[in-house]
Amino acid sequence: MRIIFLAYFLTLSVLCQAKTILVGKNHPLKSIKAAIAQSSDGDTIVVQSGTYKEGRILINKQITLIGKHFPILDGENKSEVISINADNVVVKGFKIQNSGHAALEDPCGIRVYDKSNVTVENNILDNNFFGIYIQNGKNCIIKNNTIKAYGKEEQLIGNGIHCWKSENLQIIANKISGHRDGIYFEFVTNSVIWRNISSNNIRYGLHFMFSNDDSYITNVFKNNGAGVAVMFTKNVKMFNNYFEENWGDSAYGLLLKEIADSYIFNNRFSKNTSGIYMEGTSRIKVEKNVFESNGWGMKIQASCMENEIVNNNYLKNTFDISTNGSLVLNTFNSNYWDKYEGYDLDKNGIGDVPYHPLSLFAVLTETNPSAMLLYRSFMITLLDKSEKVLPSITPDNFIDNSPLMKSLPL
Amino acid sequence: MNRIIKIILLDILKNKIVLGYTLILAILSWSSFALEDNSAKGLLTILNVILFTVPLVSILFATIYLYNSSEFIELLLSQPVKRQKIWLSLFIGLASSMVFSFLIGAGIPLLINSPDSIGFMMIIVGCLVSVIFVALAFLSSILTRDKAKGIGIAIMIWLYFALLFDGMVLFLLFQFADYPIETAMVGITALSPIDLARIQILLHLDVSAMMGYTGAIFKDFFGTALGLTVSFLLLCLWAIIPFFISLRKFNRKDL
Repeated sequence: MRIIFLAYFLTLSVLCQAKTILVGKNHPLKSIKAAIAQSSDGDTIVVQSGTYKEGRILINKQITLIGKHFPILDGENKSEVISINADNVVVKGFKIQNSGHAALEDPCGIRVYDKSNVTVENNILDNNFFGIYIQNGKNCIIKNNTIKAYGKEEQLIGNGIHCWKSENLQIIANKISGHRDGIYFEFVTNSVIWRNISSNNIRYGLHFMFSNDDSYITNVFKNNGAGVAVMFTKNVKMFNNYFEENWGDSAYGLLLKEIADSYIFNNRFSKNTSGIYMEGTSRIKVEKNVFESNGWGMKIQASCMENEIVNNNYLKNTFDISTNGSLVLNTFNSNYWDKYEGYDLDKNGIGDVPYHPLSLFAVLTETNPSAMLLYRSFMITLLDKSEKVLPSITPDNFIDNSPLMKSLPL
Repeated sequence: MNRIIKIILLDILKNKIVLGYTLILAILSWSSFALEDNSAKGLLTILNVILFTVPLVSILFATIYLYNSSEFIELLLSQPVKRQKIWLSLFIGLASSMVFSFLIGAGIPLLINSPDSIGFMMIIVGCLVSVIFVALAFLSSILTRDKAKGIGIAIMIWLYFALLFDGMVLFLLFQFADYPIETAMVGITALSPIDLARIQILLHLDVSAMMGYTGAIFKDFFGTALGLTVSFLLLCLWAIIPFFISLRKFNRKDL
């Protein structure tokens, strides 16, 4: 008990010592670097509006750095702008722009080096090589930042939020556009990505590699070069996200490669060339999602197994499902398919005839993509109809045994 | 010339078959749009109507009409009217009646239920297909004096473009699957007006799928302003060339 009291009073005394340092035109201190040099752990530095061209600002003390009316920190295309090399740092309310561009050093708008409990909040990042880079961080929060860049080519621009070998991160309500990958995760565990909008990035809206036990919830991924990629990962939860307008040959709403034991729930995939592309995935549950107006609702390669696709709505897709082999190790149950033509005699809402979601033409275009030219021709419709009745080219066990008669209210 | 067109239009109107065609198109389109809460199925129904029913009705009705009015044509020829004028006004009368019935039957529901690029594209393409198959009917009816033979030719033409051609293209696609034939395929589609029409609609209807690899090749051609103009020009040529061949034959024919 005594020790707790002692600790309490000690922290109290530290807090009491904490001072606020003002920086700005009308204050004795004109430079942020000088303010940091004067400060000690626990201090707050408040920066007035204005433009500060100080090169790389290194924060090596446990301080809170607050900008008033978005003071501009300019890297003048030469250096990194803010480097955080201390625990418990808060950076809030800045406009950080024009970091250098260098492939070897990866200069960033804000970079955290091997530290924990760092908060980066309410900043505007404009035209940086990397936006926010967390390297080996723990318990960091990145919240409400607007991150924008003007990348033209994949090789010439970094990622919006780049996290490497970290844990317990919270990426919340950021807007990211024009970078290579909007959000990039590599070896990041136990983290959450929530309410972000990642759009118009050159490669992926969100890129996951070797990052287990994460979840991403209620994000919008729109109009990115190739959609969202989740690779070589397990235990990922994907809830309530929007995957929209990812158009192109190798563009996907969601690309799943070598992932296992994950849960995809209540997402909306609309107007993508492929809604979900699965390769080498296993034990994934895809539940209550909406696939709408996609070229291909889902492309499930034959290397996937034990995936469960349940209670989804497939609406207005050119092809609902396509696959590249005849091996079927996944189950489809109780989905709504708008192309289903069966009947329901006992009126229990479940079609009495199983549905073959795989159309002959989807298989044909998989082996010979030019056949797409003939799509919707009367000849093809005829072939498709007879294939549905007597499957010969498509695997006959590729079925939904209990297709729904009405779409689910999702 | 205007007088002849008027007489022909009135005659077609009295015929009541065109009215029935309009009514059937209207019932088909309205009911397929009303059936589902999303417009996708209605659009698909009308697409099939454009690719299948419109060509069939246009070519058959026009051919039979031409054979049946052979006496009327002979009567006109005894008057001081140019042959060219007679044939042209027959064409305008028949084509415009088919176009009007398509516009009223399928065009109005399209405009109301899908007033976007897909709807407009379908209306334009549907009208063009009507005109093209009336022109093909003129060609088939001038080729022979025998009514049964002429109608037979008309049905063959329709079967060829609606079914056979696509079957042949599919066969070619799989025979030459190992070669880069995508661009050649774009050229081959120009050989069938129905395919040209279908691809133009497809680029609007299945835009997401068309952004895939091969789709992109077609979109790169047909989707650009140049491709759009070229394919519309080709469609117009499909109407103009058969009609002009028939006109030449009609001018020189001993009736």
